[in-house]
Amino acid sequence: MLEDIGNLFHGFAVVVQPFNLGLMVLGIVLGVIVGVLPGLGGANGIAILLPLTFSMSPTSAIIMLSCIYWGALFGGAITSILFNIPGEPWSVATTFDGYPMAQKGQAGQALTAAFTSSFVGALFAVIVITLVAPLVASFALEFGPPEIFSVYFLAFCSFVGLSKEPPFKTVASMMLGFGLGAVGLDQMTGQLRLTFGVEQMLNGFDFLIAVIGLFGIGEILLTMEEGLSFRGKAASLNLKVVLQTWTELPRYWMVSLRSCLIGCWMGISPAGATPASFMSYGIAKRISKRGHLFGTGQIEGVVAPETAAHAAGTSALLPMISLGVPGSPTAAVLLGGLLIWGLQPGPLLFTEQKDFVWGLIASMYMGNIVGLLIVLTCVPLFAAILRIPFSVIAPIILVFCAIGAYTVHNNTFDVVMMLVFGVAGYFMKKTNYPLAPMVLAIVLGDKAEESFRQSLLASQGGFSVFWSSGLVSTIMVLGLIALFWPILQAAWTRARASISGLRTAE
Amino acid sequence: MSDTTEETGGTGPSHRRVELGVAGFMALLALIGIYGSLQVGIGWAADGPRAGFFPFYVSLIVLISCAVNVVQALAKPADGKLFAEWAQLRQVGSVLLPSAIYVLLVPYVGMYVASALLIGFFMRWFGHYRWAVAAGVALLVPILTFFMFEVWFLVPLPKGPLETWLGY
Repeated sequence: MLEDIGNLFHGFAVVVQPFNLGLMVLGIVLGVIVGVLPGLGGANGIAILLPLTFSMSPTSAIIMLSCIYWGALFGGAITSILFNIPGEPWSVATTFDGYPMAQKGQAGQALTAAFTSSFVGALFAVIVITLVAPLVASFALEFGPPEIFSVYFLAFCSFVGLSKEPPFKTVASMMLGFGLGAVGLDQMTGQLRLTFGVEQMLNGFDFLIAVIGLFGIGEILLTMEEGLSFRGKAASLNLKVVLQTWTELPRYWMVSLRSCLIGCWMGISPAGATPASFMSYGIAKRISKRGHLFGTGQIEGVVAPETAAHAAGTSALLPMISLGVPGSPTAAVLLGGLLIWGLQPGPLLFTEQKDFVWGLIASMYMGNIVGLLIVLTCVPLFAAILRIPFSVIAPIILVFCAIGAYTVHNNTFDVVMMLVFGVAGYFMKKTNYPLAPMVLAIVLGDKAEESFRQSLLASQGGFSVFWSSGLVSTIMVLGLIALFWPILQAAWTRARASISGLRTAE
Repeated sequence: MSDTTEETGGTGPSHRRVELGVAGFMALLALIGIYGSLQVGIGWAADGPRAGFFPFYVSLIVLISCAVNVVQALAKPADGKLFAEWAQLRQVGSVLLPSAIYVLLVPYVGMYVASALLIGFFMRWFGHYRWAVAAGVALLVPILTFFMFEVWFLVPLPKGPLETWLGY
């Protein structure tokens, strides 16, 4: 514990080096821009900018990329409140009360509340990471292949059980991801598979290309279909409004704390920021005394989803750094970055790459403070970006997506693949197939398969290996509960209803 | 494809048809996956499961899920919901077509020239900007990109005849 605090301060020392501070500011600004623009989000924004970091040290690189993530989280709120257009899926719930507030002329209060609660949510999650991640990592060091597989199993099952989309669509898109991930060289036998003699398929499908295509190009096509024209409210934030809102905010500490907890829980299990923000908004609406006024511009209605989204977005990095299992597509892209920089994600990071891990954790604290200052002072600037017509923004985003896709492997065929993934993303999104499980499956496919096959190898093909010890079976059972969660929940509600029905009958 | 009308008056492919189309396409991918896995062997070799073991079962699950999705889509009564109106799809196509040409051009003329053409085309045809404005932005973005990637971050992008002529 004490040693961890020492490491953390060492991390701070790394972060405050002028070069790293510069990268931090650059990352936040790029991130807010990425978050504000339609078609660019945290995940594909980082995927596109990842190649810029190839020549940096891993610590500097992760500082810049994670700051893009914090920036994107902040940026989503700007468009939701001022333009009623969620720049990111997790800021949809922020539009419910944020935009009405802007319509009433309280844009300043709404923005301040959103940014401040984002900051609180993120800070809470970072503290959780600081305290919990080293413990999880040291615990996970003992994991063998069956345990590792059971963690993957749990992660993917929670996707099916907790997602809003129809379960079989989630399963289909996830398994398709595993299939795409399996194309190319089989790492265990060294055999080529599913390539059908096509030269371009030898290296398989890179998930970065999939992320850029599915999220970036797909989103542009969707925006084009809707024919959006952005009409926003004026943004002005002055110190008086900020301070006034800050004196008001402590009143909502209960909402805030609850949203932090929901966010952290949802972020660590790979449900992600989007359901967390909806859940937090829904619960706040049900519990609050002013719940019936939600949707007309209540400040609580901004605090709840923003806090939860940031807490979830940040805590999604906890399983990524301690177990090597990313909690969100963005965390998955960061994990991909680790692999490219030559680091092995997982519990070993804490023992072998102390500088890196604690630099990252320290940069989470610093990045959110710097981020809060930047967004509070530069809102009008960022809002102006959205006033640039889509006919200018769209081709520029396309160009950057193409550059990002090319630079992953310096391969022009990847650019073509990106467009193919883009069209697939458009259709999948329109027909309610979730994209996040697919992306995570492409990233983790190799590792999940490896741990699965190693476990089977050890047990000579018996599935009993996944029930062999208390730990493995517990995680597997949790996974099964997560998988069948909707069914269990429905059964529970029905059982309760019938019991209370019996009582009233008596 | 037959047209379905909605209250708004626009016509377009029905949501259900597209839904079935997507499920069908995924099923096709799953079948390819199963075929490919069978080629490399899905059984158990001396050194453990063979290369096709994992992709085979994964593809099988995709196939089953697609079947369920098709059944669920068919079980819902036809509500005449549109996937999108033709006018909207034309919009999508009008982005997709230039993008397709763009990605095919990149290997031949390089990233910078292709990007300039794409941005210029877009601004001129969709934004109806004056030639001077469109050309200005179309040139500025690739030039800035060049400095950011090639000069500052030392990441090379594909180049074509123009860059060779300029000496890069």
